[in-house]
Amino acid sequence: MEYVNPEGLRLDGRRFNEMRQIVAEVGVVSKADGSAVFEMGNTKVIAAVYGPREIQNKSLQNKNDHALVLCEYSMAQFSTGDRRRQKFDRRSTELSLVIRQTMEACILTELLPHSQIDIFLQVLQADGGTRSACINAATLALADAGIPMRDLAVSCSAGYLNSTPLLDLNYVEDTAGGADVTVGILPKLDKVTLLQMDAKLPMETFETVFALASEGCKAIAERIREVLQENTKQLEYRRAA
Amino acid sequence: MEGRLANMWRLTVNESKFVETALQSELRVDGRGLYDYRKLTIKFGKEYGSSEVQLGQTHVMGFVTAQLVQPYKDRPNEGSLSIFTEFSPMADPSFEPGRPGESAVELGRIIDRGLRESRAVDTESLCVLAGKMVWSVRIDLHILDNGGNLVDAANIAALAALVTFRRPDCTVGGENGQEVIIHPPEEREPLPLIIHHLPIAFTFGFFNKGNIVVMDPTYVEEAVMCGRMTVTVNANGDICAIQKPGEEGVSHSVILHCMRLASSRAAATTKIIREEVEAYNRERSLQKVKRHPTLAKSVVSGPTVVVKEEHRKSSDQEKAAEISREHVERLKLSSEELRSTKVEEVAASPTNFKGGPSKWDPYSEAMDVDSLKASLASKGDSVTKSSSKKTTNGSGNAEKDAEMSVEEVTGDLGKKDTVEATKQNDGEMTLKDAVKPKKKRKNKNN
Repeated sequence: MEYVNPEGLRLDGRRFNEMRQIVAEVGVVSKADGSAVFEMGNTKVIAAVYGPREIQNKSLQNKNDHALVLCEYSMAQFSTGDRRRQKFDRRSTELSLVIRQTMEACILTELLPHSQIDIFLQVLQADGGTRSACINAATLALADAGIPMRDLAVSCSAGYLNSTPLLDLNYVEDTAGGADVTVGILPKLDKVTLLQMDAKLPMETFETVFALASEGCKAIAERIREVLQENTKQLEYRRAA
Repeated sequence: MEGRLANMWRLTVNESKFVETALQSELRVDGRGLYDYRKLTIKFGKEYGSSEVQLGQTHVMGFVTAQLVQPYKDRPNEGSLSIFTEFSPMADPSFEPGRPGESAVELGRIIDRGLRESRAVDTESLCVLAGKMVWSVRIDLHILDNGGNLVDAANIAALAALVTFRRPDCTVGGENGQEVIIHPPEEREPLPLIIHHLPIAFTFGFFNKGNIVVMDPTYVEEAVMCGRMTVTVNANGDICAIQKPGEEGVSHSVILHCMRLASSRAAATTKIIREEVEAYNRERSLQKVKRHPTLAKSVVSGPTVVVKEEHRKSSDQEKAAEISREHVERLKLSSEELRSTKVEEVAASPTNFKGGPSKWDPYSEAMDVDSLKASLASKGDSVTKSSSKKTTNGSGNAEKDAEMSVEEVTGDLGKKDTVEATKQNDGEMTLKDAVKPKKKRKNKNN
C-alpha cells in the first residue's frame, strides 16, 4: 500500500514533516486541581491532575523527601473503532509506568515532600500517537495545577514508511508495519526523557527519524507555551475585572 | 514503587554514595569496566524449548510451548507469539506472587517488541489452516534470581528457548481437508521454528544526571541509577526496539553513543548463543543415535553410523551428512571394485532421503574391507577417533570388535583376519576378490 504518493503527500494530504492539527485547552475538569484536553488530529486525550495532596496509600511511598507521582493511563472503550474488551490491559500498565516516569523527571518533586500527585489520563479518541498526546496533555494539566516543573515535557512520534521518515503518524500509518519512534524531550534543557521504538530500523535511518521526531517535539513545545501564556492572560483579565 | 513496605529493600546512603563516587572515577563496584558484561552461561533442559540463562547472579529460565488455536480475526493466516513473565518471589523480596507488577509487564513487553515487531519469529509459517487453525507459541520466562539486568538475561533465555524449540509436525487431512492431524514425535520428527534473526537486548544505566553510562547494571547499581535504556539490536546492524521509559533526561549524543555500543556487541553475543545451541543440538542428536532401534550389530563402525545419522532430519545432521559424503567419496576413489549398490545407496541417501526407518539391513550386504582400509589409512587419526567415539554409543559385541579392528587396521595387516571373520559371506565377494585389483594392475603393467 502506498503511504506516501510520488508527489510527497501522505494519506491525509500532509507532507512528511508536517504535524497534525493541534487543539489544546486548559481547565476542562472543574473538580481537578489541573486539567487539559489535547488533540493531535483525531487523537483526543483528557488529563486531570490532583495534587499535591496527602498520601493515600503509605505503603507506596518510596522516598520520604520527594513527592509521590502516580499515573493512570486508560483508553475509553469507545476510543477505537471496535469496542475494546478490557480497560486495563498490559499495554495500559506499561504506558502508565512510562508516562509516570517521564513526568517524574520533569516535576520538582523535592519541593513537595510527603505529598502525592495523581495524573489521570483518559484517551477519548485514538488515532495513533496516544502516548505523545497523553504526555503533552499531562504537561498542560500539571502547569494548570500549578505544580512546579523544571521544564515542559513534550512528546511526538515519527515513523518510516516507503523509505521516507514521516512525522506524527496516525493509526493507519502506525499499523502499517513500519517503525514507530516516540520521543519525549525537555526542550529547554535539550534532554531526551522518553524514547521508545518498535519494528526494525537500520542505525542511520533511526538517526534521521529520531532527529525528525525531536524537531516535532520542539514545535509542540512552542504551541504548548502559547496555550499556557494565553491561559495566564485570561486569568489575569478575569482577576482584574 | 510497588510492593509492601516491609518487603522493600532500601539502599543505604553510604552504599549509594560509594557506588556513585566510584563511578565518577570510572570504577565499578565489582571491578568490571563500564561496558563489560558479566559472565553469561546458557544451559538447556531435557525438553525441547527450555533454557536456563545465568548472567552473573541473575538467573532466568525460559520455556517455549505451542498450541493450536484459532487465529485473530484481523490476521487469519498468521500464528501468534505471546510472552508471559513470572517474577517469582524467591528472586527478590519485593516481588509479590499473583498478578505481574509493573516491571514484570514492562519486561514482557520489551522482549515482545523485540521479537514480534521486528519479525524475528516467522508467524506466517505457523499457519496450518488459514482462518481456522494456527500455532500459538507461548514463551514463559521465570525469574529465579534477581541480580540486576533482568531484561538482557530474560531476552537471551527467550531466544535460546525459541531456537531449540521443536513443534510437532501436523498435516491437514480428513474428509474435507479440514481436519488437522498432529503427529507425535515418535512418528514424525518435530520441526523447529523459523527464526530470521536474533534480537539481543542491551541495557544501559545512567548515573550522575545522565553523564555516566554503564552496561549491564547489577542489583545495587540499579538501585542507585537515575535512568536506564534498553536497546535491542540484531547482528545485521538493525535496531529492533528501544525502550527508555522516562526518568532522567539524557542528551542526544549519549543516546546515539549507547546505540553504537549495543550494535557493536550484538554480533559477539549472537555468536555465543548460536554456539551453545549448536553444541546442544549435537548432543541431542548423538543421544538419538544411541537410542535408534535398528542400530543393532553393525560390521564396521564408520560408514554404518554415518548412514544411521542421515536418517535424522536436523540442521546439524547436514554436517554429519557432509562428513558421510566425504567418506563415501573416499570409498569410491580408493577402490575400483567397490560394491556399487551399497555405495550408491549411501551416496544417494543424503539427497534422496524421504524419511522413515532404515531399509538397509547390515546383514544383507558385506563390507568391502579393502576400501575401508584405504579410506582409514588416508583419513588417519580423525576417522578412527570419530568412529571409535561413535561406536561407544552403539551396542553389541560386534561393534566392539569392529572398533578394535578399525583402530588396528591402519597399522596391522594381520588384523584383517578379524574383520574378515565377522564379514558376511554372500557369495559374490570373497577374500580373493578383495585381492584381485593388485593382480590386475600387475597384468596391465606386463
